[in-house]
Amino acid sequence: MSAMTAPAGLTTRLIACFDIVDGRVTKARRFADNIDVGDAAEVAASVYADGIDEIIFYDILASAQRRQADLATIRKVAEIVFVPLTVGGGIRSVEEMHAVLAAGAEKISLDSMAVRNPSIITQGSDEFGRQCIVQSMQVKRVPATAAIPSGYEVFIDGARQATGLDAIDWARRGEELGAGEICVNSIDQDGTHEGYDLEITRAIADAVNVPVIASGGAGSPEHAAAAFTEAGASAAIVSSLLYSPRMERTLPVGEIKTELAKRHGLPVRLT
Amino acid sequence: MQDDRPVVGVIDYRTGNSQSVVHALNFLGVPNRLLTSPKELIGVDRIVLPGVGSAGTAMAYLSAAGWPEELRGRVVDGDTPFLGICVGLQILFEYSEEQNTDCLGWLPGSVQAFDGLNVRVPQMGWNQVRRTSGHPFLAGLPEAGHFYFYFVNSFYAVPAETGDTAATTEYGVAFTSAVARGNIMATQFHAEKSGPLGLDLLSRFATTPQEELCLP
Repeated sequence: MSAMTAPAGLTTRLIACFDIVDGRVTKARRFADNIDVGDAAEVAASVYADGIDEIIFYDILASAQRRQADLATIRKVAEIVFVPLTVGGGIRSVEEMHAVLAAGAEKISLDSMAVRNPSIITQGSDEFGRQCIVQSMQVKRVPATAAIPSGYEVFIDGARQATGLDAIDWARRGEELGAGEICVNSIDQDGTHEGYDLEITRAIADAVNVPVIASGGAGSPEHAAAAFTEAGASAAIVSSLLYSPRMERTLPVGEIKTELAKRHGLPVRLT
Repeated sequence: MQDDRPVVGVIDYRTGNSQSVVHALNFLGVPNRLLTSPKELIGVDRIVLPGVGSAGTAMAYLSAAGWPEELRGRVVDGDTPFLGICVGLQILFEYSEEQNTDCLGWLPGSVQAFDGLNVRVPQMGWNQVRRTSGHPFLAGLPEAGHFYFYFVNSFYAVPAETGDTAATTEYGVAFTSAVARGNIMATQFHAEKSGPLGLDLLSRFATTPQEELCLP
């Protein structure tokens, strides 16, 4: 699906991605050094009022602590925020997916657990439909080799563990297994405010026919615009830009969208 | 204090997002309850059938729980206002290409897949909805303008009777994004996840007086 930069009819989507610790939103840099942003329900209500298109929750400690995702926080947000919610972190079974959806989420994000047990993508997709399963991957530039021809390797467990998987191969495999959307998180760019890794985002958007989310590195509306126009992404995660304490100046969602529409001619939903 | 407001029953799919519809109705202050079996319909004035997942799974679940007969009696033979959402719209038709499923057949027509050579599938995101009929359900929406609702679908309905189409949306093809006939209403988009505009539509379904809402 190359050269498809403007998905027929759809607006570009801006997604807030919350790294949740103890019911609070935190912000990392290169998957480490998380600093506190605020109460999850309060941050969610604020970005919802500003017109965010979706919210993703990563329960970043659930996987390492081998426990289930923080359902109480999901429920609290789902009671007051009416855009799609995606939940990831530590989800290992269809039963756990049921619990997350029952709390009010629409989509399940599978990352490290899917690498350990790829059949969980198919199990989730069979039970809830492809649209429910987001394959999320942490990718990092490495020297290209026979095993990793793209020069991008998949990492797991908060970017700590290399897998030997080629990012493009893993994306294709995920789509075959039943993923309905693929989120490409750049470890190198995460929290840097220097822009997305457009190269790997473009390569994956070209390799699959499901929507692709660009993640990691947005520091300006121009970066988000490039994810859509240059990398073929259907959606872009803009966490730092919205609320990182490390940013000199954060922007409300509406302002980013206005920039996307006025300066770049991109379709957006304004509330 | 007597409460005359209609009670909305939300059919609970194990594989669905019924809870999201309940969250939205609670937020709107609409009296509602989750229904796990047709026995729980007593005292319910309006019915919402959310739908996530596939037509085949949804029909299998509904049939196993005895819903098709009960719903037909109340909605098709009776006059209970009914709102289907997403797969809950698709299964109102006779047949779905998805898993070759025989559906409820309340409305003539079938359900087919988006062309994956043409667009990314599933369609996922906010798309524009254009009203095409005078049915009161969508009367709050102007006929033109930028009104976006949240869609997640790989399949879309093709009504045999064009009058059943209440709104259309473009995704490689112009498809039916809402249907309405009398007391039967349905949206392909997720009104419960479409921000304030979606909540307005749910509120309209839940609170508009029946004789005003269900005009043919």
